[in-house]
Amino acid sequence: MHKYLLACLMTCAASLAAAQAVTPAAPHQAPTTFADPVLEARVLAIAEELRCLVCQNETIAASHADLAIDLRKQIRTKLVEGQSQGQILDFMADRYGDFVLYRPRLKATTLMLWAGPFALLLVAFFALGLNIRRRRQSIASGQLSPDDAERAQRLLDGAAPAKTVLPAHKTTPSP
Amino acid sequence: MKRYLLPLVIFLVLVGFFAVGLNLNPREVPSPLIGKPAPVFSLPRLDDASKKFSAQDMKGKVWVVNVWASWCAPCRQEHVLVTEMAKRGGVPVVGLNYKDQPANARAWLTELGNPYAATASDLEGLVGIDFGVYGVPETFVIDQAGVIRFKHIGPLTAEALQAQILPMLRKLGA
Repeated sequence: MHKYLLACLMTCAASLAAAQAVTPAAPHQAPTTFADPVLEARVLAIAEELRCLVCQNETIAASHADLAIDLRKQIRTKLVEGQSQGQILDFMADRYGDFVLYRPRLKATTLMLWAGPFALLLVAFFALGLNIRRRRQSIASGQLSPDDAERAQRLLDGAAPAKTVLPAHKTTPSP
Repeated sequence: MKRYLLPLVIFLVLVGFFAVGLNLNPREVPSPLIGKPAPVFSLPRLDDASKKFSAQDMKGKVWVVNVWASWCAPCRQEHVLVTEMAKRGGVPVVGLNYKDQPANARAWLTELGNPYAATASDLEGLVGIDFGVYGVPETFVIDQAGVIRFKHIGPLTAEALQAQILPMLRKLGA
């Protein structure tokens, strides 16, 4: 398994180096050799939505892996055939799984992903509310905690707690 | 006491999540094709490009598709196990020669031996895309109804062959 991974990484690195040697400009996107800039922009817009499975965490637009180049070709062919962005994303997800979609779709298996942060926020608000209410009640009841009561008693007794003593300034008489 | 317990519990829950998550292999993306009909394809045969290999020919049979290429080092590594699978599995193992030079592929089979019932040349890698191939080698088990039942990503291991593929082939009544 390790050898396989290493080989994969090396291929990624090598193809990256090779592509950079050819195209010093455009560090972000792989070179495009096709004439129609409008079509190319649409291809890249869709490729940006897709994860490359060879160099994971790269989009198909940014990756120089062979597979990413092939998939960009597929996107181009399908656009020329008149397919919509949704149809092309479906095509990719059908073959490579939801994992390739950078914007996960809302469905039963991704519900936690979409609703999770809001659920956590609700729990946090609930905990905050509870805390505020408890504190209000303890203030309203006028009851001191045992620690506070003890401190207050000591102050009343005159046994001042560690007083902060300001360092005496030396006043040097001016000559 | 309670205020120290809560962070500890949260910490332990996190440790649990990490223990499971960090032991998963991020390279093994579960294929959405499992349980779905295998792509139907027809490609020139490696041994004779004028003849076609068609997935239709395998209808009603349990068969295995092994995606390989002569440029793929791990394929060389798994070749012994593919040969063993072809011998012991009792089902046709079909090679899908992925984005390869046919001449190199033929030389490879001459050198290492040919365990494949047939090999189809996928020069453009388009059938590979239909199979959701992203790391050669990959191995698929397809049942009588033409449904993909199992996928192995990366070189076959003796473990995967013994524990998963051969039992699967037996279960499918090959």
